[in-house]
Amino acid sequence: MPDKPDRNAIEVVNVSKIFGSGEGQVAALDKVSVSIRENEFFTLLGPSGCGKTTLLRLIAGFDFPTAGEILLYGQDIAPLPPFKRPVNTVFQSYALFPHMTVADNIGFGLEMLGKPKGEIKARVAEMLKLVKMEALAGRRTAQISGGQQQRVALARALAPQPKVLLLDEPLSALDYKLRKEMQIELKRLQHETGITFIFVTHDQEEALTMSDRIAVMSSGKILQVGSPWDIYDKPAERFVADFIGETNFLTAAISGVENGKARATLKSGATIEATVAEGFQPKDNATVVVRPEHAKLTKDKGDVSGTVENIVYFGTDTHIHVQLDSGDTFTVRQQNTRSAGCGFERGDKVGILIGNDAAQVLRD
Amino acid sequence: MASNFSIKHQPGFTAIAATCFVVLYLPIIVLVAYAFNAASSTSEWGGFSLRWFQSAYQNTQVIDATLRSFQIGAIAAVLSTIFATMAALATTRTAPYPGLTFKYAAINQPLMVPEIVTGVALLIFFSRIKIFTGYSGLGYLIAAHTAFCIPFAYLPIRARLENMDLTLERAAADLYATPWKTFRRITLPLLWPGILAGLMLAFVISLDDVVITEFVKSGGQDTLPTYMLGQIRRGVTPEINAISTAFLLLSVAIVTLFFFVSRKRD
Repeated sequence: MPDKPDRNAIEVVNVSKIFGSGEGQVAALDKVSVSIRENEFFTLLGPSGCGKTTLLRLIAGFDFPTAGEILLYGQDIAPLPPFKRPVNTVFQSYALFPHMTVADNIGFGLEMLGKPKGEIKARVAEMLKLVKMEALAGRRTAQISGGQQQRVALARALAPQPKVLLLDEPLSALDYKLRKEMQIELKRLQHETGITFIFVTHDQEEALTMSDRIAVMSSGKILQVGSPWDIYDKPAERFVADFIGETNFLTAAISGVENGKARATLKSGATIEATVAEGFQPKDNATVVVRPEHAKLTKDKGDVSGTVENIVYFGTDTHIHVQLDSGDTFTVRQQNTRSAGCGFERGDKVGILIGNDAAQVLRD
Repeated sequence: MASNFSIKHQPGFTAIAATCFVVLYLPIIVLVAYAFNAASSTSEWGGFSLRWFQSAYQNTQVIDATLRSFQIGAIAAVLSTIFATMAALATTRTAPYPGLTFKYAAINQPLMVPEIVTGVALLIFFSRIKIFTGYSGLGYLIAAHTAFCIPFAYLPIRARLENMDLTLERAAADLYATPWKTFRRITLPLLWPGILAGLMLAFVISLDDVVITEFVKSGGQDTLPTYMLGQIRRGVTPEINAISTAFLLLSVAIVTLFFFVSRKRD
């Protein structure tokens, strides 16, 4: 593939969306800015009501921002109606046209664009092949399964070769196994078509496994944008750390901030090394987070110490909940082996070792 | 105990149900039976015959009134369905706003105002226009029928629109369909069963009307129901039974069709 300069497909600039008026007004989006690169699998992740779907609707044109600009390759599309935007959507409910066949559904966008019949036919055939639905081209959409409807919805949205494809929680109606399959399928489609995908989900695992970059949203704001690795291992704020995966929160006195690293002195007196988000200058006291799998349990003295309160077996690993002497709780995740138990029992006095690269200082 | 409660097993249920059916259907059965009476009486049986059907068929006044009923019914049904479709679109494809409830009430006004009041009001109103314009054709009856048929056509269309997934129209817009094309290609095809149901319901309602027609019609503008009413005043022959029977069959046929059309999904 030829090297392309990093171009932004979508730039959201200071966009606000206010619903209602006067006392009852609610800001679904509060001065949100984010850039989405060309060819990127970009995910908007957050709990329901965080504004992710609102942002998607503004990009699609189903709603218009109260303030701000939405640029598509530099051109402001915020005031355009949906049928004038080279952007297509895969809806959560699929929204397939029930009175048309699978093939007619897929060809609808091209037909509306006024493409010649021959071109539509060829493109529909190509799309059917891409989503492996050739055999069902003549079926009514009510006569195919949920997973097949999902594929048709994808093909229909991809057929007009949009500049950006928007996906509104498209996997939420599928059962677990099919969802896993479709995650891989979506990744493949994105790779093969080279179209920029903007994917909305509340499922953190889905976001981590599929995305090139993730924007974590809460209460109408984007809290952090980064690669799955960044978001998981270097959460900037408490909400991000808490929403994605499980984590342990510890209060610490911070000193010696330098080159994105700091020394954190825990309540137990132990001092550990912690990473700090770029450009952030922590105060004297801050919260540091440690993922359960980045800490190690020992029967000797650790960085912090406490008593084993509960042991939960998960098959692949075991979660050991420890009541710290400082009063907090701490969970350690330990990989299981076939031959031995976890080596600890309830009531054991234990120490917890926190690795040099395990802790992150939160902006809070 | 409570979980086994069924109204069907309460004492007296069967008796009450049977009584209701008898009261509902016995008069109609008697009416239909005497349509086939060979004698000239509606109470004494004189053997089976189709003579009264033949007599009705050869009665030019009956044929005349029937054709007029169909003409008024067809035009009024089409017009009221067009208006009802527009009203249904305007009241469902919009965010709720103050005054929307008032508009529902206004559209359904003919259901609430007593027919006799509408009849008298139209009589007075139209007589002014008649004097003013000199026109005294079927237009008045068609206008009146169109007006009172609108709520009947409106109900099934609105029900269909409310059950339609709005995302479908959004998806069409997302796929480059202009609002007009979205309407033509998505909304209208999905709305058809509702529109057909509304059309048929409006037609039946128009065919059946007596009160308003009686007030609005000019001389020589009898519809089938007003003709029948006029005949009964002069003494009844089984011809009326024969006409009623034919009318009944037609209504049942249309309502049955309405049932199948409105039940059809997608």
